[in-house]
Order: sequence, then structure tokens, then C-alpha cells
Amino acid sequence: MLNKNSIFAANNCTREFGTGKKIVRAVDNTTFSIESGEIVSIVGGSGCGKSVLAKMMLGLYKPTDGTLLYNNAPVTNTKIHWREVQAVFQDPFSCFNQFFTIRSQLKDAFGILQEKPSHKEIEKRIDNALLAVNIKPHEISGKYPFELSGGQMQRMLLARIFILRPKVLIADEPTSMVDACVRANILDYLMKLKEELKMTIVFVTHDIGLAYYVSDRLFIMHNGRIVEQGTPDEVTLSPRSEHTVRLLEDIPEIHRAWIC
Amino acid sequence: MTLFEVEQLSLHYLTRFGEKIHAVTDVSFTMKKGEILGIAGESGCGKSTLVNGLMGLFIPPLYPTDGIVKVAGESLMNRTPEDIRKNVLSRKVSMIPQGAFNALNPTRKIKDIAADVIAAHMKDIDRKAIHTRLRERFDLFGMNTEKVLNSYPIQLTAGERQRSVIGISTLLNPRMVIADEPTSALDVSTQKIVIKMIFNLLEKEIFSTMIFITHELPLLRHVADTIAIMYAGEFVELGTAEQIIFDPRHPYTKALMGAMLSAEAGQKQKKPTAIEGAPPNLAKPITGCRFAERCPVAKPQCHHTKQNMRIIADRQVRCEYAQ
Repeated sequence: MLNKNSIFAANNCTREFGTGKKIVRAVDNTTFSIESGEIVSIVGGSGCGKSVLAKMMLGLYKPTDGTLLYNNAPVTNTKIHWREVQAVFQDPFSCFNQFFTIRSQLKDAFGILQEKPSHKEIEKRIDNALLAVNIKPHEISGKYPFELSGGQMQRMLLARIFILRPKVLIADEPTSMVDACVRANILDYLMKLKEELKMTIVFVTHDIGLAYYVSDRLFIMHNGRIVEQGTPDEVTLSPRSEHTVRLLEDIPEIHRAWIC
Repeated sequence: MTLFEVEQLSLHYLTRFGEKIHAVTDVSFTMKKGEILGIAGESGCGKSTLVNGLMGLFIPPLYPTDGIVKVAGESLMNRTPEDIRKNVLSRKVSMIPQGAFNALNPTRKIKDIAADVIAAHMKDIDRKAIHTRLRERFDLFGMNTEKVLNSYPIQLTAGERQRSVIGISTLLNPRMVIADEPTSALDVSTQKIVIKMIFNLLEKEIFSTMIFITHELPLLRHVADTIAIMYAGEFVELGTAEQIIFDPRHPYTKALMGAMLSAEAGQKQKKPTAIEGAPPNLAKPITGCRFAERCPVAKPQCHHTKQNMRIIADRQVRCEYAQ
């Protein structure tokens, strides 16, 4: 099932932590492939290994067993890898340094690129990226991270993605800290990113409802294993794994009895 | 019997530039025994400020502007924070905080944290009696009691930690519990377990009423009996859970429902829509309806006529054009 053109291809990819008796298998023998231009969601409860899998895709962890290939090659130099694969995390406040203005940190993002554009070009690209996430550049000029709200900061992370224009975006629970209105907003920007930059998005979340709405394919994880994969309709309408059924049942839906 | 009464409560923050920020304006409601009130609204709409006000805990820069809060007939207004901490918190009104990790001292075991709560409020009780009481109470929570009590917060899972926090806040059988987003940091399965535990405690009459604050309306439909929708410091709609969820009348409630996601079959076409714009600046005086700037059906006069609560279809709505 491994396709030559896959962006990510995992073959029995395993990651263990600790040694001896205390060994923990965070990701256990996963085999999957992610094609270019797809939105794939990794769904599972807390502690199922979804974030570890996302970190392996980012090159922050190496698999202890099996392989994880990006464009048919394992990740060796993270600096080069990050030119093409970027991430958005759950808590935007811990992603920005409190002591520097937001604009200067957005400027620092250019450091990852091979060739730094001219000073004028940098300013222009930052302004365009800010407008793309619906923030007027003068609103954040001279401001520090703690002066903005959670929703605004999350949009700053997305603005960074607009600046760097990576090929792959790994979004690790980007909406779990914000309220429902802002969530709808951020999802809109993610869709916009995908359309404008033709990006592949790996969406990590515990909310199967959210995953159902955004993705082309769902991976359901439990205890480090991918227990089910398929299109959103396949997975939600006819779930085969008991863990998927549990995840679906536990969502509070307005039209269905939830706690008996 | 009315257990909890709030009348026209308004709260403000005083900034160091002498500016008054009116975070909560004109909130009124009453609660009976056994009732759960859900409060929903965007971030920054004043939900957490209201919580402090409902406990009577006014620590500068938060000040009450106007109004009364009464628990079982006893007023909580004009009292010092020390008095409130000693005589009201934990005994009459208790709060379940948002982040369980920040609420627990990382250097102490759960049993020590919990024992301190009992020891601080009951003078003549010996160590042994405290621990028997603790065990009895923690046995109700459906966890491995010994393991949890003898663990440090970091050794527990997020669900166990949140349940311990709920357990500790309800140790002294408070009349009323205010839960400020108790489940928003948990995954869906853990959330269900925690909600079940809260229902169990309510059934056993460990506490008699609860205010549940969240921004997830679908969750409130299952948890709350009545729902209040809050916007820019005001209640804009107050009614039963069925009324608010299935038949919202205020434009803001409708917009909020439109922003919700659903995993139900065949709902994928129903795209969640964000509400454009931002809430008004509460430091400036607002003359008209607070939602007018973002309201899809706003009329020109909405921008300068103040809206009052009125009753439409058996619930309170703060909009004179709502049908």
C-alpha cells in the first residue's frame, strides 16, 4: 500500500520511551501513508500517542523501530526539514517568547529559509500574512504576546505559516484552547491555507467532530496503534473499531441522549 | 425554596489609570435546590469575573458596582476577603477551577492538600478522623482511592486530577458549587466520566446547586437545566436548556449555535460560521445594544437604544426585536 509519491510513509513505525521494565510504547507498529494535498486527522483520547506521532513527523523524535519516511527519505537534518514541514501547537503563548514583540518574532521566522529575502520584502510578506488572518498590521505593532487574546495569538501562529509557506502543516490541537466562535474562525483560516498554498495538513485532535468536519481521511488511534482509518463518512457512519464507537458516543450531541 | 439569589449585579475593574472597566452589568437570576445553571459565552465576556462576584470575593482591582448576591438568605456583599474565605468559601459556595494542574500544589500529595482544607475549617478534629473522612469521600469517585490519595498531582492522569480537584472543593458539603470550565482541558471520554461524577455528587446531596460555565453549548444541553447566554458582561438570554438550544430567540444565541460543530451523520454540509467582528470595549460607556455592531439583523436604532430584558416565549431575552 506504500505509494512512491507519499509525503509521509510509515512502515511499522514504533517509538518507545524508557528502558527495561519501565518501557512505554507510545507509538506501536503503525503503518500508513499520507498523500500530497490531503488533510489527514489523527484522532484519539489523551495519552494515545497522537502527539508523539506528530513530533516524529516533525523530526523531533526518531522512531526506535521501523521507518518514517518524508518524501522517500528519513528525516536527518531538522533545519532543512522544517523549511518544508511546519507546526501549529495548542498553546500559542508558550510558542512565542514573552520578551520580544510579536512582529520581531515573525521576522525571526525568516531565519529558517535558505535565502533571506530583502528587508522590504520581509516587511511586505509579514503585512500580507497578517491581513490573511484578518489582523491589521498596526493592531500588533509594538505589542508583546501577553497583550493579545488567545484567539489572536493562535492567528499569529497561523500568520507565521502564511509567511513560511511550508509544504506540510502539522496542527497539534490548534483549537482546544479557544472558544467555539474562535474555533470556527481558525478552521476557516486553515482551509484558506490549504487552498492558497496547496498544503498537506496533518490535524491532531481529540474531537472527532472537528476531525470529521475538516479532513479527507481519519486515523483513529488507541494505545499507540492506529485502530481504524478511512474517510470521515466511513469512520463515523459505520465504525468498525470499538474505540471509534466510544469516541463517537462520548461527544455531547444535542439530538442524542448522552448520560443516562 | 430559593437557595441562591442574584439581583442586578454589576461589577467593575479599576485600572491604574483610574479607568473603570464594566466587566459584568445587570445580572439577575435565582436558583432552586437541585438546579444546574449553565452559563455560556465567548472568551472575555465576563464569565470568570461573574464567578468571583458570585462568591462575594472582591479582591482589588475588582469592585462591586451595584446589586446583591444572597446564599440561603445571607448577603455576600460588603464583606472582607478574609471573612469570605473563612465563612463562605468551601462551606457555602465552592469553586471548581479551570486548570486542575494550577490548582494543586505540585510538591504535596493529594491527601495532604485535602486534609488541609478540612483542618483549616474545623478546629477540633484530629488527624485520624480527617483521613477516615477523606477515604469515605474519595470512595464515591470511582477511582483507586489509596493510589490517588498517596500520589503527587503529576503522577495522576488529567481526569484523576480534575476529579480530585472536584473532590477537594466539595469536601465540606457546600450549598453551591461554581464550576468554571471544569472539563474544557479534557478529552471527550474523560469529560464524560467527570460529568458523571458531578451528577453522582448532586444526587447524593453533597452539594445542592451548581453553576456550570463553559463555551460548549452541546455539553450544556446535557448538563444544565437552565442556560444563560452571556455577551459583553450582560445576560442576553435566559431560559430552559431546551428553549435555548432548540429554539434560540436572541440574535447572539442564534449566531453562537451556528458556530457549533457536529459529528452527527449528514451534518457535514452544516459549516460552522464564525461571528464577524469583536465585542465592544467595556471601558467606554455603551449607549445602545452591545451586540449591535455584530448583529446580522441590527436596525439603525439598535446602536443607540439600550436593550432591557423582556419575556418572549417563556424566557428572558435582551432584544426588543426578537420574535
